[in-house]
Amino acid sequence: MPSYLFWLFSIVMLGGGVAVIALRNPVSSALAVVTCFIGLAGLFVGLSAFFVGVIQILVYTGAVMVLFIFIIMLLDLKAGAKRAKPVVPIVAALTLAIAFIAQLAGVLSHTPDTAAPALDPAALAQASSELVDAGTIAATGKIATALNAGSLPDVHLIGRALFTDYNLPLQIIGVLLLVATVGAVTLSKKTQE
Amino acid sequence: MLDLLIILIKIIALTFCVVLPLVPVSVFFERRFCAIIQDRVGPNRVGIPLTLFGFKKDCSILGIGGLVQPVADGIKLFLKEDFTPKHVRKAFYWLAPALTVAPALITACVIPFGSDISLFGYTEKLVIANIDIGPLFIFSVASLTVYGIAIAGWASNSKFPFLGGIRSTAQMISYEIALGLSIIPVLLYFGELNLSTIVQQQAEHGWLLLPLWGHDATHTLVSKLLFWFPAVVSFLIFTISIFAETNRMPFDLPECETELVGGYHTEYSSMKFAMFFMGEYAAMVIGSALIVTIFLGGWSLGFGTDVWISQLRIGDFGYGGFIHLAIFLAKVVAFILFFILVRWTIPRFRYDQLMKLGWVIFFEAALINVFLAALIVAAPDLTAAITAIGAVLLIIVTATIIWVARVSEVKPPILRA
Repeated sequence: MPSYLFWLFSIVMLGGGVAVIALRNPVSSALAVVTCFIGLAGLFVGLSAFFVGVIQILVYTGAVMVLFIFIIMLLDLKAGAKRAKPVVPIVAALTLAIAFIAQLAGVLSHTPDTAAPALDPAALAQASSELVDAGTIAATGKIATALNAGSLPDVHLIGRALFTDYNLPLQIIGVLLLVATVGAVTLSKKTQE
Repeated sequence: MLDLLIILIKIIALTFCVVLPLVPVSVFFERRFCAIIQDRVGPNRVGIPLTLFGFKKDCSILGIGGLVQPVADGIKLFLKEDFTPKHVRKAFYWLAPALTVAPALITACVIPFGSDISLFGYTEKLVIANIDIGPLFIFSVASLTVYGIAIAGWASNSKFPFLGGIRSTAQMISYEIALGLSIIPVLLYFGELNLSTIVQQQAEHGWLLLPLWGHDATHTLVSKLLFWFPAVVSFLIFTISIFAETNRMPFDLPECETELVGGYHTEYSSMKFAMFFMGEYAAMVIGSALIVTIFLGGWSLGFGTDVWISQLRIGDFGYGGFIHLAIFLAKVVAFILFFILVRWTIPRFRYDQLMKLGWVIFFEAALINVFLAALIVAAPDLTAAITAIGAVLLIIVTATIIWVARVSEVKPPILRA
């Protein structure tokens, strides 16, 4: 990803994040979260993780936050009242924040400032041959073909990992979510007189 | 640098010179077509007013009177007073129209408009972004449209728009599930998420709904015909869900005039209102393009003629892509006419019927369809016994779901003390 795009999406994301807590109106805050998620999705796409980026928008922005806004609108929340600001918590919070920033600066000062590298066809071909040797993918399958052609078949790779290596955990999570849904329906149903 | 320039040209040419003009064109079609259905004439007079400049006669384009009507509509909307009521929440009120139009236009970037075009030795695909997650990208960006409508309803700060916004949010969330599930069988069949590759496969081996040519060892006629049934079910669910997603009749509950005045755009006037209008039609155009791309072969003419078309060239200029573009547009316009036909023939649903259709019928049908398609796609690799077990399980699951749906219909008698 060109570094100017990185900075663009980072600023969108951080701006959204700051706006979430800075804005008083609940709907504005919710929309700021949406902005933050879109910036994050842009960063994912910049790292060639197209699937994760798109799912980020589809699930969090398109479904979860829509429900949030839906609820906020239904409840018709008013903008939060301004409270008096006690000194001690503010000082404590500032100290903590400065400590974390100092730590972050310490880490970043050791990190070389390089742009994220583009996909390397040689590395992809090598990964493909390693996967084929390990017997995880077929030599003529879609994944191997795409890797050898120098593109990253991220959807196929994620699907493969989910449905072979992590099949049982996936199904357990599925059952868990189903139970949660059924539970929510049962709890929210009005009891009969 | 050249790459960037090519991308810019593609964006301008395909989004602003192909998709955007389709919006006023479909408005024109809508007005003329509904006039035909209602046994009226419709707008048939508007032409280029040459008499204003001293010519003898006004000019009508292509001999069809009224084709300039959308321009006149646009000028009218531009010149109207842009009135902002006092009671609205200003920032959101201004943001909402943009939020409905922009996503619909962004989604155009993954639709393959035609096959390759070659010029001066360069070969370019007629698609702005040839990414490997086409349908998912469209769903995710299209799911942002709901913010525009919900915020419009909320920011207007009055009752009817608010109800419209709430209805629209609930409707879009509900139908997104059916939309996403109904397309899974298709993705299973192609094993691909790249729309260009999907269309290419359909051009070579038969459209999903018309698999009549290009049989070979991996794409046998039997396997294609077996898959035809889940494909048709997918097509039906997908098309009807697109109707609901674009808030078109018979699912235009968010803006139904008899109940909610104008729904979420009641408080809007002038160009802001026009942007909601454009958003709806742009969503319809993109929806038609997506259906055509996935189920009806996209830019392909079919019957094995596509290889011949894509090899057409004058000297260095391979113009086959433009013919494919024309075929694609013809299909999209045909589908838009279908949208319009449905709008003017089928009466509006009641809101509970709409929700029931989405959650009780489409959701379950799409789910069963996924299992059925998986069984059909996997059957050649499985032994006969396992296939039979799968079929029996599928029948049991289907029967259970139908039974549950029917039982949940029966209301228990109210107990009184």
